[in-house]
Amino acid sequence: MTDTNERADSRRSEAEPAPDGCSEESTRSSGQSVGFPPVSFSREGVKIGFLTCVPVAIGVAGYGIAFGVIANQAGLSVAEAALMSATVVAGASQLIAVELWADPIPIGAIVFTTLAVNLRYSLMGAALEPWFSHLSPKQVYGSLFLMADENWALTIRDLRTGSGRGAFLLGSGIAIWTFWVVSTVLGALAGGVIGDPTRYGFDFILVAVFVALVAELWDGRSTLLPWVVSLGTALLTASLLPGRWYILAGGIAAATLEVIRYE
Amino acid sequence: MSDETKAMPLSSFDGALSLDPLVVAVIAAMAIITYATKVGGLWLLSRIEVSDRLEAGLAVLPGAIVVAILGPELAAAGPAEWGAAVVVAVIAWRSNNILLALVGGVLAVVLFRGLF
Repeated sequence: MTDTNERADSRRSEAEPAPDGCSEESTRSSGQSVGFPPVSFSREGVKIGFLTCVPVAIGVAGYGIAFGVIANQAGLSVAEAALMSATVVAGASQLIAVELWADPIPIGAIVFTTLAVNLRYSLMGAALEPWFSHLSPKQVYGSLFLMADENWALTIRDLRTGSGRGAFLLGSGIAIWTFWVVSTVLGALAGGVIGDPTRYGFDFILVAVFVALVAELWDGRSTLLPWVVSLGTALLTASLLPGRWYILAGGIAAATLEVIRYE
Repeated sequence: MSDETKAMPLSSFDGALSLDPLVVAVIAAMAIITYATKVGGLWLLSRIEVSDRLEAGLAVLPGAIVVAILGPELAAAGPAEWGAAVVVAVIAWRSNNILLALVGGVLAVVLFRGLF
């Protein structure tokens, strides 16, 4: 924990010698986010977001290849698979959609599943509010188009250090998008040549990103109760409902608890 | 995926660039819905006055979401993934280096899957 703070400080002084008068301005409930430098939207932020995300995006590409292969087998052309990756930019829902794909296309099932699988993004976007409320609508709504699980996690991690890099989500999103689209094309062209991504451990990268984030988000006793509530709710919901409702349920349960016990 | 679709001739290059209007329409619907989910939460928050009380709720969201994603995911996994998750957590906690943690985790999961 002290490591995080030290690094945050050194980064901050690198970027700009922020007038530290703002440190007393906000005393937020999550201890680490005290004393934000102003959130800005800079080319530097895009670049750092991009570079930080490249290794993770390589892992995403493992899935992009798998998606391309499955899309191709389901009867989508290379152009159609690439179009889906470029415009939807949400791996899990795309994989499920092409799994459902048939002739005739089950439009209702695909559309509804896409909504159900992706509704968690609304909550993830809401979690960015403390920082994104300082950005312009154009910056916010442009960046959010490129939000995926992986770069959301990296962005939360970066912003919590007090970096003030409002463009981190955009930069990391560009990395994800590029690798995702290119690997989709490769997968769709290669057909079944390349095997299962689990063989190389690519399937574990998403879990690993989140485990690393959890290790940093742990903030002592104050996080214990909301986490237990979220975990319990998620496990219960996962055993009762199909799909990914459990993410939404866990997050909402913990946030509701905090709102109720706020004093 | 049905067996018939699997048996179709794969990736003939003539068809690679074809765009079927109905397929494009379905993709467009998916894209619009997904974008709506991505912006929906923040849009809602921008329309209302965010009180300190609500802000406290939002502050626990990152951790709560991550725990909610990981819990069922790891519960459904096996010893190889649990062991690798511990490796990631220890590296992340000790080094604070995400790349190192990821590489360690992926190597560990491949190794442990071979062992267990």
